[in-house]
Amino acid sequence: MIFAFDIVILVFLVIAAIIALSVKDLLSASMIFGIYGFLICLLWAEMGAVDVAFTEAAVGAGISAVLMIATVFNTKRKSSD
Amino acid sequence: MRLSQIFATIAVVITGCILLYGVSDFPGFGDPHSPANAGVPGSESVSQYFITESYGDTKVPNLVTSVLADYRGYDTMFETVVIFAAGMAIFAILGAVGGGGQPREQSEEPFFVNGDHSRIIVGTTCRLLVPVIQLFALYVIGHGHYSPGGGFQGGVILAASFIIIALSSNLNAALRRLSEANYLRIACIGILIYAGFGVLCQVLEGNFLDYGLLQPVLLTDGPEMARSHSMLGVEIGVAFTVTAIMFAIYANLSSRGTLRDGL
Amino acid sequence: MAEFFQQSFHAHFNFWIYVILMMIGLWALIAKNNLIKKLIGMSIFQTAIILFYVSLGVKAGATIPILDPYGNKEQAAAYAEESDPAKGKNEKKGTEEKGDSSYVGKKSPNPDIMANPLPHVLMLTAIVVGVATLGVALSIAQMIFKEFGSLEEDEILEIVKGGNVDD
Repeated sequence: MIFAFDIVILVFLVIAAIIALSVKDLLSASMIFGIYGFLICLLWAEMGAVDVAFTEAAVGAGISAVLMIATVFNTKRKSSD
Repeated sequence: MRLSQIFATIAVVITGCILLYGVSDFPGFGDPHSPANAGVPGSESVSQYFITESYGDTKVPNLVTSVLADYRGYDTMFETVVIFAAGMAIFAILGAVGGGGQPREQSEEPFFVNGDHSRIIVGTTCRLLVPVIQLFALYVIGHGHYSPGGGFQGGVILAASFIIIALSSNLNAALRRLSEANYLRIACIGILIYAGFGVLCQVLEGNFLDYGLLQPVLLTDGPEMARSHSMLGVEIGVAFTVTAIMFAIYANLSSRGTLRDGL
Repeated sequence: MAEFFQQSFHAHFNFWIYVILMMIGLWALIAKNNLIKKLIGMSIFQTAIILFYVSLGVKAGATIPILDPYGNKEQAAAYAEESDPAKGKNEKKGTEEKGDSSYVGKKSPNPDIMANPLPHVLMLTAIVVGVATLGVALSIAQMIFKEFGSLEEDEILEIVKGGNVDD
């Protein structure tokens, strides 16, 4: 647990969350959501929760981004907000 | 800004202020003697027992695995059932059980398309990568006792290798390796393996999922090693279900439930 | 206000950010118009809560919750020394009773040197179940798109109110 490292990742996390929700292209939103997952994974590895970080790297950054892209591919790419 | 957004902002700000006010009473971040870590005087936190005694009880160095598969085995079993139920819900919603009404055409396309130059690079790279990923997934499942990993992580990585096949060529190439009938079977077998360990303990006149009683069956050196080996079996069951359901969710979502020409 | 800020900031900075992330997720869940955006907001809400749980198990200066049963005997000795004297005596007694001190695990390390494994276990399964339920939500979104031809909340509501749905 390193305080400076913590602050930097957490600030990036908030920025990634806001950008993922504000871009109008849903494909970009899915990709930025994948970046958000990797940042969360980094934060957990830093907190000492290695098993949780491992799961998040596989699930949050890998599978859930792919599932969202699959849905965007089958529906519409544009979003109104 | 629409009216609903203004109301949402007010509601969210009020909720946030209440939570921020509540946070100020919390123990500091990283405090080893907070109630969650050390318990309150007179009643010690159960996590202290896990840290000091779980190696003696189970001979598993990774405390997370030993708590996950042994002390909280009942919980993990039903988490696996929740994943299975989510998979079944997706089949029901997208109408995929029974092949979506029409028989699936078995096109024998090559793994990567000749002539399509953008696909040669991606297809070849993925073909080289997939065996390595699968080997790593098996290592993560089997070595989850000694290092970070276990059934959930290994299962997801194994499913990701099949998803890479589907992404780099097409869905049929992945479904030839893990077909619809097979992934449904594997998902059921995973839960049956997990529950089977519990029932086996009951047959030996013990409690459900009390692995220590499996010593005469597994021929191990003491009940602790029986617990360790049973945890490996249980993790394999979890990995079966997670692999099958994660791949099934991708296959159904990418092809709108028809399982034909996906992403 | 300034006093409250000073007392609260350093010890609770993490919790503040989790609350902010939760607010972002909740706002998106209520106010966003697109269904996929709502689902992204739901996932952010979920990760904020999981972050909160995991951070309850953090101990300053602690290692990851994995023992090293073979080798690393120096670390084992350090574990015994680090624990406070009263506890150290108990540990030594325990070791003598068991009669075998060849690995760390039997020495019953001081619990303060290792992160709390219990929140990790609970949240590990929550993440995997979370992605399975996200899959269900995405499949429902696909069926809504198939039925209404749109993922925008206001357009769907208009079609539903107009009664133009063919059953």
